[in-house]
Amino acid sequence: MIKRLFIANRGEIALRIIRTAQRLGMTAILGASEADLSSTPALMADEVAIIGPAPSSLSYLNVDAVIAAARAARADAIHPGYGFLSENAAFASAAAAAGIIFVGPDVSSLKAMGDKLMARKVGIEAGLPVVPGGEAADKDAALVRAQETGFPVLLKAVSGGGGKGMRRVDSPETLLAEIDTAMAEAQASFGDPRIYVERFIASGRHVEVQVLGDGKDAIHLGTRDCSIQRRFQKLVEEAPAPAMPDDARSAIQDAAVRLTKHLNYRGAGTVEFLVDSETFDFYFLEMNARIQVEHPVTEAITGVDLIEQQLLLAEGYPLGFRQDDLSMTGHAIEVRINAEDPDANFRPSPGKVIRAAWPAGPGIRVDSHIGSGGIVPPFYDSLIGKLIVHAETREDAVKKLADALAALKIEGVATTAGLHRRIVQDPSFRRGDVDTRFFGSFSA
Amino acid sequence: MSKLPLTPESVAEIVSILDGSGYDRLDIKTDAFRLRVQREHVADSKSGWSQDWDFSAQDASKSAETTALVEQLADSLCAISAPLPGMFYRAPQPGSPAFVDIGDTVTQDTVVGIIETMKLMNPVHAGCAGVIEGICAENGAMVDGAATLMRVRKI
Repeated sequence: MIKRLFIANRGEIALRIIRTAQRLGMTAILGASEADLSSTPALMADEVAIIGPAPSSLSYLNVDAVIAAARAARADAIHPGYGFLSENAAFASAAAAAGIIFVGPDVSSLKAMGDKLMARKVGIEAGLPVVPGGEAADKDAALVRAQETGFPVLLKAVSGGGGKGMRRVDSPETLLAEIDTAMAEAQASFGDPRIYVERFIASGRHVEVQVLGDGKDAIHLGTRDCSIQRRFQKLVEEAPAPAMPDDARSAIQDAAVRLTKHLNYRGAGTVEFLVDSETFDFYFLEMNARIQVEHPVTEAITGVDLIEQQLLLAEGYPLGFRQDDLSMTGHAIEVRINAEDPDANFRPSPGKVIRAAWPAGPGIRVDSHIGSGGIVPPFYDSLIGKLIVHAETREDAVKKLADALAALKIEGVATTAGLHRRIVQDPSFRRGDVDTRFFGSFSA
Repeated sequence: MSKLPLTPESVAEIVSILDGSGYDRLDIKTDAFRLRVQREHVADSKSGWSQDWDFSAQDASKSAETTALVEQLADSLCAISAPLPGMFYRAPQPGSPAFVDIGDTVTQDTVVGIIETMKLMNPVHAGCAGVIEGICAENGAMVDGAATLMRVRKI
């Protein structure tokens, strides 16, 4: 039984985890950097442990500091949230060595999915289709590989994640120059210069499947579509993926469950696919071995608290329900409200929020750590809140989203709210007819 | 155990109750928080509701120590100011030589430093032509937006 849960994260996800932990009667201990000591999660946690100075490399990314703080707090489990150390195998091992439960999958699953090339291999073993491409040890190999798959290609970092370290290359001429930059970036961001080459699929949709596994059995909690992205960063997510034939939806859900079982996966995870918008052929991209930013849309349509499921599975319980026990109701959409100025090339906009009037009402959920007077520090990512709407049909959800966005007022920092107000009026978005090219043509 | 004042479901329920009443606004204040729920007029005849949380303990002064102030300069000098608040770096990488030093000549477009804000690296351009006369912010210092980083003697 987990009695004292250490939360090794910040912002809205820390607050989200605190909510469920306290509801389950656990003591929620927040590991916070010096910049976050007066943040909403720090005020709401039962206890706060300082893990280090403001910069993440000295606090939220510092394995030794986080483990030492969790031990000193006598925590029996650590929830890593998303980002930071959530998929770091060395961190999970260090927690285990300290006798603390890591709320996430086994180290073996983290290792299998942390390396994109390994993930491709495991995907193929589990019988999943993958995008044509493969490893590129050096420039010559990359060129050969690119000519095999055909241009344009996508260069990806083997140890990458969260959309970082990806570059699109349109011709052999630019490939050689781009490879140097891509390898340098991969080294700087992930400490691993290795890259690989994949065919760039122009009119693809990004569809992912939420899964839960208990080490033996696995189930899915339906699809999410996250095709609206800027520079591979998601802006809008919805569940279930709209305008998808039932047989195509079943096929990718089954594939996700197959991979989860193949890994003997224990915990919550997300299997990401690229889906051809016309043929609905799909390719396995990667599996995220953690809770996702966009998990609330799945919670909305299934009624399942995914953080609670993570905690139960980490305690060693088998899955508490079967696939047939789940029913999915209605349609949910999430938009990310970031402290960025969409009119100034998405320039970060940290600072003090003078007034934060978030929308409220039935079918509206706001996951945010920023209230009026809240501070958005310049050290971390720019997400200040997520607005989630849920309604019976997609059409109703889109209407509800438009009204909710109209009621949202954030003063003091620039946000992406205005951008979402424009997206929600876009005819192709309203039709549910978007692919990963949407944002490029929308903002052009 | 729970210190969280109200769940999202409770807030939605409050809104449902208010929506069916003649009231437009609810204002709750305790030692720990203040919550204002109010009707917002969103379009023609429609209205929506907003929730506005204020956790009074949140204090700006504790969040980050910042250095360097905006200063008034003589006409012969110009200030290079921070384009954004963030961490100021004088060199492209730890251990690398600084972009510029005192005595160096710069043009408008010379990169003189980097401001790291929300994990993004933003170049700082000199913005005027001249010779670097003074450096006002240390490498690795937290600076406010518009803070003076360097002074340049115009040429």
